Amino acid sequence: MAQLLKQGQVTVNNWQTLDTGTTELPSGNLLVPVELWQQLSLGAEQHSGEIGLWLDGSEEIEQLADLLIKAPVIGIRFSKFADGRGFSMARLLRERYGYQGELRATGDFIRDQLYFLQRCGFTSYEFDDSVDVAEASKSLNDFTDAYQVAVDQQVPLFKRR
Amino acid sequence: MYRYDQYDHKLVDERVAQYRDQTQRYLAGEISEEAFLPLRLQNGLYVQRLAPMLRIAVPYGLMSSQQVRKIAEISRVYDKGYVHFTTRQNIQLNWPKLEEVPDILAELASLEMHAIQTSGNCIRNTTTDQFAGVAPDEIEDPRPWCEIIRQWSTLHPEFAFLPRKFKIAVCGSEEDRAAFLLHDIGLQLVENSEGDIGFHVFVGGGLGRTPVIASSIREFLPKQHLLSYLDAILRVYNRYGNRDNKYKARIKILVKAWTPEVFAERVEAEWAHLKDGPATLDGTEIERMKSFFTAPQYLSFDAGETAADLQSLAKDNRAFSRWLDRNVRSQKQPGYSSVTLSLKPAGVAPGDVTDVQLETIADLADRFSFGEIRSTHNQNLVLADVAQPELFDLWQLAKSAGLATPSIGTINDMICCPGGDYCSLANAKSIPVAEAIQRKFDDLDYVYDLGDLELNISGCMNACGHHHIGHIGILGVDKKGEEWYQIQLGGSANSNAALGKVLGPSLSRQAVTDGIEKLLDVYVENRLEQESFLSTYQRIGIEKFKQRVYGTAS
Repeated sequence: MAQLLKQGQVTVNNWQTLDTGTTELPSGNLLVPVELWQQLSLGAEQHSGEIGLWLDGSEEIEQLADLLIKAPVIGIRFSKFADGRGFSMARLLRERYGYQGELRATGDFIRDQLYFLQRCGFTSYEFDDSVDVAEASKSLNDFTDAYQVAVDQQVPLFKRR
Repeated sequence: MYRYDQYDHKLVDERVAQYRDQTQRYLAGEISEEAFLPLRLQNGLYVQRLAPMLRIAVPYGLMSSQQVRKIAEISRVYDKGYVHFTTRQNIQLNWPKLEEVPDILAELASLEMHAIQTSGNCIRNTTTDQFAGVAPDEIEDPRPWCEIIRQWSTLHPEFAFLPRKFKIAVCGSEEDRAAFLLHDIGLQLVENSEGDIGFHVFVGGGLGRTPVIASSIREFLPKQHLLSYLDAILRVYNRYGNRDNKYKARIKILVKAWTPEVFAERVEAEWAHLKDGPATLDGTEIERMKSFFTAPQYLSFDAGETAADLQSLAKDNRAFSRWLDRNVRSQKQPGYSSVTLSLKPAGVAPGDVTDVQLETIADLADRFSFGEIRSTHNQNLVLADVAQPELFDLWQLAKSAGLATPSIGTINDMICCPGGDYCSLANAKSIPVAEAIQRKFDDLDYVYDLGDLELNISGCMNACGHHHIGHIGILGVDKKGEEWYQIQLGGSANSNAALGKVLGPSLSRQAVTDGIEKLLDVYVENRLEQESFLSTYQRIGIEKFKQRVYGTAS
């Protein structure tokens, strides 16, 4: 995925995502599978770039959370855009485990989900080259306010009316 | 009723703009079919057998006369001049054009209506008792709670892509008129031993291919915790519901697989983190919501004189007397009644109503029911708060508009899905079966003698016509390209909810009405005094019915 939407800006994605099963670390910034992250964070290896991790929306993060939240970037991968588990996972990382770093949507999400993704705590979005990301980023602003509490708004509308 | 403020208006306007943009991108080929599918569904748009179908939300079944006039206008301008009321209190347009849907949504938004989340794998319209606020057996008016849930569920960012659709119903009374035990979440307002009102929470009910009656997971939830507790249920479901097989994806399957006890523990564990968090309701919000559902300016009447007048009118007019018996019920407010306008005259698809009738209904509401109309899960409409001295005038006007068929609660008041005439999922037609039954049983004395009898018809096992919970249920099935009908007996949607049992091999379309007649004969021959069809069935069992229909030796 070559393009990254981050803080409303289109940038070049200079992070490489490693598939599960990879053992050799290439140079540069890496998003590694969560299993590899567990191994690396135990050994604190020398590496030329930064290392973050990615996981699927189905991951049981409760036991891993202490380790995960140290990552500079966590990618949540959507295997299908209609699989909404990643939305819950993002809120858990932010609201329950206090993750402060970059939370990135990867995989098969669509631009029409950007507003909801943002509300659940995502801060960056990987797009492939075919997408006009500047155009797609308009969907971040589909709505100006919302009824519910979420990561971006901890005061429900009923207390602000 | 609830009225929008600037926040609500802005939200639905922004939704219209969002959907207009999505439609344009789809028509320009910039959104794939696959990606557009959930986007259009979450705005209520299906692509059906003959044309798209647009489902408009009627939050908990409550509409103003202005809204009903707007629906009439939309049906005339954008459709064929009629609409259909569904079993979830919503409205369907059967012939809109896909490219005009954004314009329809804009028209709706102008009068505080929308089609948000009327379909798709998300939280759907919250439903309740059509007699909310006026029912004599009510513990508390459920409508403020329905509106609180409507706002919480509308565009909820975490729960827009659930494993499957999700339906919530709220029941505020002892008798269940919302079929709340057949919803993904059923909330029953209850009073605890300290005299506080809260919710008894049930999960995992539903019809469809695997009908299940909901299980209790919490006997008393204090009111202020409603939203955080709903968040906890939905989060557990969103994370652990089956996403591999759509027929195993409803929450009922997860609740069964885990057992209700384990499911309850998981919800409680999740809720422990959310309880007392920012979603906790405060008294100000609860009172604000209640302030929208206050009593109208009731007048007081001489009860004795009113009753005497009605009695004498009824004595002289048999048709009026029948209508009073079947279509009118008393309210907790003395001197006022709730009138059910029937959408089930023979020859019309159950739940269908024309633009002209809608305008008449709006006029009747303005004159007789403080400008409010309610839709029912039995696919009729209700005018509540009608002053009893006005009943005769209302009856005459309703009758001339074809809205006074005096059959509420009888065999001819059937629930019926659109079936194979419209729906691409259906295995068989359902509307012609309903019509054949209404024509067969057109002798009103016979129909009244049969008394309360719920007959429900679905054109396929998705069960939109609620066949599992009809006293008599009819299910359309496909047998080598031909339409056949399976009969079920003994279902019930009341507080002792029960699922029907299959009578035997399915019948051909021609044989259905004769089969029903035989079932009714068995009932009439075996009933004890004042005993309903359902009670007789429960007492004597299925065997006698089976023998009569299939002619097997006893």
